[in-house]
Amino acid sequence: MKGMTIIVKTISSWVKVLIFLFGIYIILFGHLTPGGGFAGGVILASSYVLVMLAFGKEFVEENLPSSIASKLDCAGAFLFAMIAILGLVFGGTFFVNFIYQKYLPGEALNLISAGTIPLSNIAIGLKVGASLFLVIFTLSTFRPKEKE
Amino acid sequence: MLYALCFLLFMTGLYCAVVKKNMVKIVIGILVMEYAVNLFLIMLGYRTNGIAPIVGRSDLEAGEISELFISSTVDPLPQALVLTAIVISLGSLALMISICIRTYEKYGTFDITQIRRLKG
Amino acid sequence: MAMFYGLMIFMLIAAIIAVETKNLLSSVICIGAIGFGASLMFLFLRAPDIAITQIVVEVLGLIILIRATIARDLTFISGDREFFNTVVSVVIVLVILITGMHIFEQLPAFGSPVFAETAGAASQTYISQGLKQTGAANIVASVILDYRAYDTLGEATVLFTSIIGATVILRDKSKKLLEVEN
Repeated sequence: MKGMTIIVKTISSWVKVLIFLFGIYIILFGHLTPGGGFAGGVILASSYVLVMLAFGKEFVEENLPSSIASKLDCAGAFLFAMIAILGLVFGGTFFVNFIYQKYLPGEALNLISAGTIPLSNIAIGLKVGASLFLVIFTLSTFRPKEKE
Repeated sequence: MLYALCFLLFMTGLYCAVVKKNMVKIVIGILVMEYAVNLFLIMLGYRTNGIAPIVGRSDLEAGEISELFISSTVDPLPQALVLTAIVISLGSLALMISICIRTYEKYGTFDITQIRRLKG
Repeated sequence: MAMFYGLMIFMLIAAIIAVETKNLLSSVICIGAIGFGASLMFLFLRAPDIAITQIVVEVLGLIILIRATIARDLTFISGDREFFNTVVSVVIVLVILITGMHIFEQLPAFGSPVFAETAGAASQTYISQGLKQTGAANIVASVILDYRAYDTLGEATVLFTSIIGATVILRDKSKKLLEVEN
């Protein structure tokens, strides 16, 4: 799949950084403002989809190969499971919010508060973003075998 | 009356998924059904002239949540259920479209009546 | 209230067009219109989390759908299904529609949610104790990641499995064929 014209390439190379930053903001402030891990992860994936549509598949293959995307996906899922198991080790019950209840309560309405909720948001955002980028990349590079 | 309109949207999607014979139309029917169900769940939790369930600085008095906030907020539980349902519908859409693409590549058509007659 | 009715009528008209038209590309565009109307509806129903998620998911869903339909040259389907099957299906759908309308009279009226009437509902605890027990200001985030975290774990598993399934279906050659060739 080839890319688009030079105007689209110039604008999208400026805009993709803003979209990525917005996705990170939605994930990090998920416990204070609307948003959370799911919406932020989908926004992260859509910034890479914009680059793929504007520049072509080969450009994205150099920056984020599909093998690294699938490893990031597994890392996000593993991190989420680790937070749950650490709740069992430190807190006594599976998946309990052990950081808020024992170690670091923090003040309400600050960025550092609510225990494991920001960490879970980061893990889920990583997982959802990498998965959705992987599936759209695989759908676009599917080249059927030619039957002669 | 709004519930009835939402149910009518669901029935339109069901009609499309059952009667049409183009595979992508069936996928579109399932997608319309998913939109209708998410909308219905959020409509169940609405309070007239309510506010969104997010605590701001003006809702706290002396560290506790004020009574005005508790008596005028909408229900947060259906919103939590619908949030995961929307992302799952995207995953299942990707799976259904990949099946359609594979079937088109093997049989050359999107028509399900022709696929039943070809064997092997 | 008039805004709700207007948006619902808009979504219904777009759904009827998406179902009946013969061109696949215009059905996909009507799906985009339904999703956009749903996101506006969520915003007016005081659910900002859901509105953000719905609009970005719908944009990615449109990209996936257009990828499947635009490269294939078969966008017009001609002919009809067999007459008897169509009539039976339409009759069953009409029966479900008419009996379903009676059930909506049993639900509480639009605008007074169930948890405001019953005393021991779960949502009362989530709202009044949510900030003190979890420390999060966004009550929906505290519900999905602290009070009901098992559901989020199940959702992550379902998403993981469906993406693996989609990647496996679209693979070029299986591992055995690659080993046999080398």
